[in-house]
Amino acid sequence: MHPALQGLITIIVGVGGCVGYYYLSNQFLDKVLFPARGANAGRNINRANMIRPWLFLAPALFALGLYLAYPVVETLRLSLTDRDAGGAFVGGANYAQMFAEPKFWEAMRNNMLWLIIVPAMSTAFGLLAAQLTDRLAWGNIAKSLIFMPMAISFVGAAVIWKLVYDTRPIEQDQIGILNAILLSLGAEEPRTWLTIPFWNNFFLMAVLIWIQTGFAMVILSAALRGIPEETVEAAIVDGANPFQIFFRIKIPQIAGTIVVVWTTITIVVLKVFDIVFAMTNGQWETQVLANYMYDKLFRANDWGVGSAAAMIIMLLVTPILVWNVYNARKEMK
Amino acid sequence: MDNIAGSKSSLTWAVQISVILLVGLWLFPTVGLFVSSFRTADQIATSGWWKAMFPSEQNLTLRAGAPETQVQDGTLFVIEGNLFDADGRDRVAISVWGISSKAIDAFRPGDVAELRKGGTITVQENGDYRVENTEAFSGKRGQRVFVTAEVPPEFTLKNYDTALGVNALPRLAMFALAGVILGGVVYVALRGMHPERARSWAVAAGILFSLLLIFALGLSTGTVEGAQTGDSMAKAFFNTLTVTIPATIIPILVAAFAAYALAWMDFPGRALLIAAIVALLVVPLQLALIPLLKLHNEIGIGKGYVGVWLAHTGFGLPLAIYLLRNYMVGLPKDIIENARVDGATDFQIFVKIILPLSFPALASFAIFQFLWTWNDLLVALVFLIDATGETTVMTKQIVELLGTRGGNWEILATAAFVSIAVPLIVFFAMQKYLVRGLLAGSVK
Repeated sequence: MHPALQGLITIIVGVGGCVGYYYLSNQFLDKVLFPARGANAGRNINRANMIRPWLFLAPALFALGLYLAYPVVETLRLSLTDRDAGGAFVGGANYAQMFAEPKFWEAMRNNMLWLIIVPAMSTAFGLLAAQLTDRLAWGNIAKSLIFMPMAISFVGAAVIWKLVYDTRPIEQDQIGILNAILLSLGAEEPRTWLTIPFWNNFFLMAVLIWIQTGFAMVILSAALRGIPEETVEAAIVDGANPFQIFFRIKIPQIAGTIVVVWTTITIVVLKVFDIVFAMTNGQWETQVLANYMYDKLFRANDWGVGSAAAMIIMLLVTPILVWNVYNARKEMK
Repeated sequence: MDNIAGSKSSLTWAVQISVILLVGLWLFPTVGLFVSSFRTADQIATSGWWKAMFPSEQNLTLRAGAPETQVQDGTLFVIEGNLFDADGRDRVAISVWGISSKAIDAFRPGDVAELRKGGTITVQENGDYRVENTEAFSGKRGQRVFVTAEVPPEFTLKNYDTALGVNALPRLAMFALAGVILGGVVYVALRGMHPERARSWAVAAGILFSLLLIFALGLSTGTVEGAQTGDSMAKAFFNTLTVTIPATIIPILVAAFAAYALAWMDFPGRALLIAAIVALLVVPLQLALIPLLKLHNEIGIGKGYVGVWLAHTGFGLPLAIYLLRNYMVGLPKDIIENARVDGATDFQIFVKIILPLSFPALASFAIFQFLWTWNDLLVALVFLIDATGETTVMTKQIVELLGTRGGNWEILATAAFVSIAVPLIVFFAMQKYLVRGLLAGSVK
């Protein structure tokens, strides 16, 4: 069957199935199980209303449970078993094996670098862009152009930046802008940027910073707009200069939003896979955890160590998870 | 300026210039890819794309007519013609020329050069040449001439023909135009009834109509001979669409019902469920890969479209429920309570009141999910693409091109640009909803 046709049928079956499920299950509840008539009409209505939320929630809960909650438990179990031993329980052996690998520690070191630099730079650039465009006549156009990379896939961004970092032999014209600038500044040799150990990590990070700055800018720009005008005006009356206004008046008032932006980008960083996969595939000391895990799972076919690496990512995400849940609960009260 | 803040004029120029620099810096890499996709392989390899807008001095190797085209003129044997015409190029002014690769700038236009095998050649500024000798010319190929000329900027659609098939770009433009026209009609038709939503419906209808045309009429009129990428990129384009559309539509409905229950129905455990959804929002999907792949294999779905649709639905749900619930909670309480008093059931309230009112949130999520599924690589690698490669998607194709043909920038740039063009169109058309969704979706 043609995939497009299959897709169309899936949409019809999927959407039709959902509508049918919700409609029929409600009908069943109201007409058959607890009809709102007869001797127990009042009690039946109450009973039906107790069950109805679960009817509404059931498909979503099922999908969430199966696709997100169950895998967490199952990955934990897999990380404690060994494939070669037929899935036998091996305790911490996978973790011990992983901790003994230099590639893992390289991935950890790089991930820590990513975790510090990408959120910091994205937030800083985002804040700068938000503040500068705030009162500009063409601010909205500028914002939407800086925001644009958000729509570009990591893979597309990898291609875009590979062109920026491209290297040609010295006797040819450089087609990568970075080397062209370097040579025009009087350097002797073009560099192969992505193969310089340690520093190449920063060239990969630039891609993600380029993408995430737009996100930070949009959120922070809305926060800046929300600052009460009186506080700024009072500062001006007291003789504050624009920099003092920005750092002493505005920043403290949007500190909460900055934390949100920071944590959100941190989560993106922890999951970063495509950029490294497409640009260096972890060579030249650019490995990161998500790509390390993919290597273990699908190249080395070792789901024990792969799952252990996934659990490390989960562990790193957990503090943010707890923090988010804590805040969400506080807000609901 | 309606307030005194920020009215300091000495800073205004500094701000203007910094913003121009910032925007330039952010735009520059993408423009590079865009421009490169319209240049030939030669141009890309020999000069930076930022020089593409300006005329460049190029060294061309051209050939005079073959000996079989010679004519006898009295005692002389003569070959005449124009170097550019013979090569199918536009005529440009030659500054210097030569007949040996070691001295390509030996002669000026109008000079006469002695040929090694006997005879002379002269080349004029416009490319007209005349080769003459007292003996007949022999051999198969014409004399090589190296010319240096100022070549005006030149752009080509050939890359798109190679990447997507013959005439792909004009056809896409035609389909897009048809989509715009239909969108315009929808807009005019709906403007009277729903002034606020007319634009969104028009955009959605236009995009869907264009996609429908692409599916129905095909992307191109055939593939360029010998281009292996043409076939696979076009196929990957369709595969990506096939993944994206169901994976965007299906989660919306499931999430909307759940969000309504979490927002407006009272039941024990509701707060706990909301907390759980906030928690699931950040669970890395890396954890789900192996357990779910095993599960899919066990229940017989294996690798394929069904698997990837289900996976995207599952992974998209937390954000969908979270966004929609946050939005629905903010809807006016009176409407819902009035409806309840009037005897409407929850099902009716949801379908007739909540769903239409939640349109902005639904649109936000739809855009997120569309961008995410279109741009995704990992989920497709794990749940969709099998050993046959029949179900490959664009991102995977591009990664493959990066690996095997790192040097073929013309194909790579074109393929990458095609894959980012669709999200960019959606982005610029529906940016308002995207921003709104981001603001609602970031955990406060």
